[in-house]
Amino acid sequence: MSGADWQLVGFSLRMALGSLLLVWPAGVAVAWWLARKNWRGKALVETLVSLPLVLPPVVTGLVLLELFGRRGPVGGWLHRTFNCDVVFTWRAVVVALAAMALPLFVRAARTAFEEVDVKFEQLARTLGAGEWRVFFTITLPLAKRGVCAGTLLAFARALGEFGATIMVAGSIPGRTTTLPVAIYQAVENGEDARAWTLAGVSAVIAFAAVFVSEQLQRRRK
Amino acid sequence: MNDVVLTANFRKQFPGGPAIAVENFRAGRGVTVLFGASGSGKTTILRSLAGLEIPDAGEIKWGDEMWFRKRENQWRPPRQRHVGFVPQDYALFPHLTVAGNVGYSLNERPAAERAARVAESLRWLELEDLARRLPHELSGGQQQRVALARAVVRRPKLLLLDEPLAALDTPTRLRLRGELRRLLRQLDVPTILVTHDRFEALALGDDVVVMHAGRNVQQGTVPDVFSRPANLAVAEITAVETIHSGKVLAVRDGLATVAVGSAQLTALAEGLPDDRNEVYVCIRAEDVVLMRNGAVQSSARNHLPVTVRGWSSEGPLLRVSLDAGFPLVALLTQSAGKELALQAGAEMVALIKAPQVHLISFTR
Repeated sequence: MSGADWQLVGFSLRMALGSLLLVWPAGVAVAWWLARKNWRGKALVETLVSLPLVLPPVVTGLVLLELFGRRGPVGGWLHRTFNCDVVFTWRAVVVALAAMALPLFVRAARTAFEEVDVKFEQLARTLGAGEWRVFFTITLPLAKRGVCAGTLLAFARALGEFGATIMVAGSIPGRTTTLPVAIYQAVENGEDARAWTLAGVSAVIAFAAVFVSEQLQRRRK
Repeated sequence: MNDVVLTANFRKQFPGGPAIAVENFRAGRGVTVLFGASGSGKTTILRSLAGLEIPDAGEIKWGDEMWFRKRENQWRPPRQRHVGFVPQDYALFPHLTVAGNVGYSLNERPAAERAARVAESLRWLELEDLARRLPHELSGGQQQRVALARAVVRRPKLLLLDEPLAALDTPTRLRLRGELRRLLRQLDVPTILVTHDRFEALALGDDVVVMHAGRNVQQGTVPDVFSRPANLAVAEITAVETIHSGKVLAVRDGLATVAVGSAQLTALAEGLPDDRNEVYVCIRAEDVVLMRNGAVQSSARNHLPVTVRGWSSEGPLLRVSLDAGFPLVALLTQSAGKELALQAGAEMVALIKAPQVHLISFTR
């Protein structure tokens, strides 16, 4: 593997990890709300969150492009307030990966929260704990395995993301090109050996992530 | 009941469940036993007092402090009630050590004070050696003590115990019954304790509230309620026909010899504190076997010469009052009574197996 290839792998890993920073707070909050509360519009949010799992990734990318473009509602606001552009930068990569990884994380985390017996939370309340403390000292630690498993799945998914990424971030070598995109281009350019090498690297990382995630879920009592 | 600290009048019904209604429920300074068969609503009441269930109507009042009042939509959340709650399965936090569980409520205290108070509680309950263990590494009896320590470490104003001994095997339960009584005495925190076991009610309670079919049907001091049930329903659930004070004379090979009135009985010594020889002797009428005089060989340890005092009919059964050196009641079928040719003044023998003589240490 060339130096450029290693750089590519490093960039892809950083982007996937960066997307987790978006996935965690949003995903944990949504998963907890879905697991513990009943509210109007819950079914709608459930569907919306799972949508990227079944929608063609290219469509998700198109929606993100619309939202985060300089004339889109989110992108326009970011441009005006922070003079920060998203589309066709590394930020777009992170956003695309986060959108595609969120559903997997929410599903795993929600199940994990649901499996925490409410009796522990109730008991903590009788001991004077407020809701934040109950969440951070009881619910989250008891759901830890499921949340970690969800994180690894989300990470693996982010690393393999192709369709949404290419829509919002394009493929600017050294700036927005991720592993799957590079593999696609290598094949197009007839560099079969390079494509196979990168594919191997992807497979090893994905295998490790899923393997650890499975172990975590199996060991849960 | 003196010094009422808590009063409650409320209703609660779960969808599809029976209605639970308490009227003029009062708890005093000592241990109030909430006593009744399973399904009579005891746990729901305890959880409502803890703030874990919201009643449908009524009010709950602690001194001048309103905990719940439907009419004004007042509800004090559990974390502001300052109660110590021990559920039936203890609900120890599985991811925290014994010390972590016990110290959970002290998070706002300085670390030094927290450590000192956790250590004090652990010492009090003889749990020091287990401080670093996780709940799943403890025996049932140890878990029970950890749950108690966690509930009392921040000195709650009210302690709520749901069947504190029910999750334990019989020998442990008998042993801990006496111990729990001693601990609750030392604590001196108003306590409401749920049980369906009449011997536990007798052993642990100062006052008792009898629950039947979702209602509190009688309340008063333990001796009052148990000796003068207000109606048939209470009589049936409190039914221990013979309760008499006695004195333990000797304990040998797990068996205790007890003097009751002018008679002596043999009973299992399990759970008897060594330093106390005053006991209540409890015998249920259906456990007493009557036979005519004569040479008897039987496996029952207690053969008591008795004199028949009288009897009354209860449908197919006869309730026979006997003098065994202390008043004893036996329950027989009508036909058995006919065969024995029962008559007042007749001399007979009563057989009672040792495990059916219940001893409850006398601490009042």
